[in-house]
Amino acid sequence: MKLLVIEDDRETAAYLVKGLSESGYTVDHSADGRDGLFLATSGSHDAIILDRMLPGMDGLALLGALRAAQIRTPALILSALGSVDDRVKGLRSGGDDYLVKPFAFSELLARIEALLRRGVPEPTTTRLRVADLELDLLTRSVKRGDKTIDLLPREFQLLEYLMRNAGHVVTRTMLLENVWDYHFDPQTNVIDVHVSRLRQKIDKQFERPLLHTVRGAGYCLRAAD
Amino acid sequence: MTDLRSSIVAEKLLASAPPRPPLAGLVNAARRLVRTHAFRLAGLYFAVFVLSVLGVLFFVYWTSADFVERQTETTLDAEITGLAEQYAQRGLSGLVQIVAARSAGDRGDGMLYLVANQDGRPLAGNISGWPAGAPTGAGSLSFQIEVPVKGREETHPARGKLFVIPDGYRLLVGRDISDAAAFRDRVKTTLVWSGLLALALGLVGGTVMSRNMLRRVEEVNRTAERVIAGNLSDRVPRLGTSDEFDQLAANLNGMLDQIERLMAGMREVTDNVAHDLKTPLARLRARLELALLGPADAPAQADAIRAAIEEADRLLATFNALLSIAEAEAGARHEPTEAFDLAEIARAVVELYEPVAEEKSFAMRLESTPGMLIRGDRHLLSQAVANLLDNALKYGAPIAGGGEIVIAVSRQDGHAVLEVRDRGPGIPEAERDTVFDRFVRLEPSRSTPGNGLGLSLVRAVAHRHRATVTLAENRPGLKVRLEFPEAPALAE
Repeated sequence: MKLLVIEDDRETAAYLVKGLSESGYTVDHSADGRDGLFLATSGSHDAIILDRMLPGMDGLALLGALRAAQIRTPALILSALGSVDDRVKGLRSGGDDYLVKPFAFSELLARIEALLRRGVPEPTTTRLRVADLELDLLTRSVKRGDKTIDLLPREFQLLEYLMRNAGHVVTRTMLLENVWDYHFDPQTNVIDVHVSRLRQKIDKQFERPLLHTVRGAGYCLRAAD
Repeated sequence: MTDLRSSIVAEKLLASAPPRPPLAGLVNAARRLVRTHAFRLAGLYFAVFVLSVLGVLFFVYWTSADFVERQTETTLDAEITGLAEQYAQRGLSGLVQIVAARSAGDRGDGMLYLVANQDGRPLAGNISGWPAGAPTGAGSLSFQIEVPVKGREETHPARGKLFVIPDGYRLLVGRDISDAAAFRDRVKTTLVWSGLLALALGLVGGTVMSRNMLRRVEEVNRTAERVIAGNLSDRVPRLGTSDEFDQLAANLNGMLDQIERLMAGMREVTDNVAHDLKTPLARLRARLELALLGPADAPAQADAIRAAIEEADRLLATFNALLSIAEAEAGARHEPTEAFDLAEIARAVVELYEPVAEEKSFAMRLESTPGMLIRGDRHLLSQAVANLLDNALKYGAPIAGGGEIVIAVSRQDGHAVLEVRDRGPGIPEAERDTVFDRFVRLEPSRSTPGNGLGLSLVRAVAHRHRATVTLAENRPGLKVRLEFPEAPALAE
């Protein structure tokens, strides 16, 4: 997997390149908007991580130019501007995800993985399955083994998101944004309580737990270690 | 800094400038005066005043002195016409007779008559001879006559009209106008003096008026300069006259009060930010330093680093909360236009917090009327409601345990109202205002996690939605009430 990092701050760039390389990605880096656009137009990258404020060319303008050139490489915008308006502007100009600085590296990693999965067209399915856990999108029912599990609507949405990202880490912020559509961090860790409730329902009476907590990062739904 | 520097430069400039001659100073002062609005206003006032005084004087002159003269002309015309008729009826001899009769004795009306032949020899009348320089044809003339007054001959001005009789004789009808002339002179003198007096008064009045105005404007200017120089507690003096200047002074003072209050608030926030951000930063630094000093024991160091990251995350959360508040406060610039159901917002947030409430064994209940449409920012409002629930869950537990939280959305007097009620210890009345300030936490030990920014955000969001937020007694417990303005969106 090849990533393009367009970031002018030297330290942040070094941190990103180092972290992403260690996580197994091939990383190209550009410190300038124009050069970044040139690299991005080659179309050989699987995802682009770009800063919003760049010398040479503004990050949003870069994205606009890229999308106008029919290049659909998924892009994640990094920015210190975090208001809802800023987010909306970023996503409208062609960004696929928006991460506010400063961020935890695990958060960035989880989001890049999600972006890369989004690039792969999902087979149109009405059933999601992880090990013996099965979720039917049409009947909105959940079964584990032979046992039917009753979920509240929000729990169903939460499980659906986790199952769609099965095997990958999803962060609390990702859950809050994608399941609840909230863009603020509640002072109490409400997400943890929701997840542990869900865990009660899908894992408690079963031998092998599926929903795992990833320390310092978030959660992961996976079949086996 | 900049002010100080520029004022030093200005002083140097002043010091190095050559001493100016006093006349130049005077000219400069005059030039400055001319440039003032007050002076121009006074000038205009003076001009209008002069013009109206001149108009009035002219009118007085025209209706008095001029009137007498015009009356003389009319009398003369009537007399001539009368005598011409007599001549036409009774011929020259008849005319001579009438003139002689009219001239006999002093009738006191100052009328003068003379009938003369071609050579100017008088035939009848009370004038001794044909006046020198009188025209030979018909028309008006001014002449002088000798009149005996108390035994002395006096020269009086007279006004006359000529009538030429066909046979070559001439008739002169005149009138002694010495009284009229004297009257006219007196009127003239009076008018000139009163005009001069009026001009003097106008000049004085204009000057006083402009100086008065200038002084009051100057007072405002001087106060403004002192405020700019840093003395924010200075105020424009008021005379209590409640005129425009007094109102201006009152408004300026009100503005200064507001600025001073905001400045004080800012200073407090800065102090609090300094305290509440510096403390965790110091802790973070100490933690990292200790990790560095200790033995190079990998697990211990990893623990220290993890703790440091947690500390940093808490700091970031505080920063984000501050930024959210700033965003909500600055949000007034774009009008909230999205319409949504307040009950729906409350329902979603309650659902988010429901498991937490259950875990903490609170009974949480939502009492809502659906369709409470309001306009605003959905995200900010959700965050505000979340903060209220967060607070209720943290502080709303009665000592006996088993708390109860009610979230109520209702319409009251046409207003959409959201209330969050708990059964906790509540907030003493004296402290109900201060809890909205940034970083204020009533719990002195600060053992509960939190940054003291929750209610600040609630207030900022409320203000942005033109809502009022009040804290009240819930007997027992606390009732937080958000009251939104009447929603015109309901009609749409």
